[in-house]
Amino acid sequence: MSIQQFIENEVKSNDVVLFMKGTPQFPQCGFSGQVVQILDHLGVPYKGINVLESEEIREGIKAYAQWPTIPQLYVKGEFVGGCDIIREMFQAGELQQVMQDNGLAGKTHAQA
Amino acid sequence: MPMDANEIERLIKSGIPDAAVTIRDLAGDGDHYAATVISETFRGKSRVQQHQLVYEALKGQMGGALHALALQTGIPDA
Repeated sequence: MSIQQFIENEVKSNDVVLFMKGTPQFPQCGFSGQVVQILDHLGVPYKGINVLESEEIREGIKAYAQWPTIPQLYVKGEFVGGCDIIREMFQAGELQQVMQDNGLAGKTHAQA
Repeated sequence: MPMDANEIERLIKSGIPDAAVTIRDLAGDGDHYAATVISETFRGKSRVQQHQLVYEALKGQMGGALHALALQTGIPDA
């Protein structure tokens, strides 16, 4: 399986995928950590893929989305954005809308 | 080799001629900047597309010499 097929498979078979540096438990970059905090705040389940474990994934994902940086968030197979865009969307309430539109609204805080 | 603010501004303007660019050096290390880019060419484009235009103007420096660029894009107020 080529790296692009691997990425395509991960992106298409998981509702929410975050290609990041480090893991959700231990982000190893401030920008990745910010997106993890936002997703955890929303309570939306997601899969974290640590690009530091594979140079091939780290470079392959940049080509895949035509996006030069990490992290990268995908929802239902669609590239949503990097750290700046996710933060901007979150502050504008748009990220919550994207999750709801895709039936992915997380646990509300009361149930956390 | 880190980049300096003027170089970033020059590159962005070479790729997006009508862009109004403001750059803040976040860490003083030539590696961490915040930039706001306002341009008519962004009108009707998604945020991802707007940011991609800026990255293209930066000719591959983004993610390489330029480690971190906190980017905000927008269209001029009518």
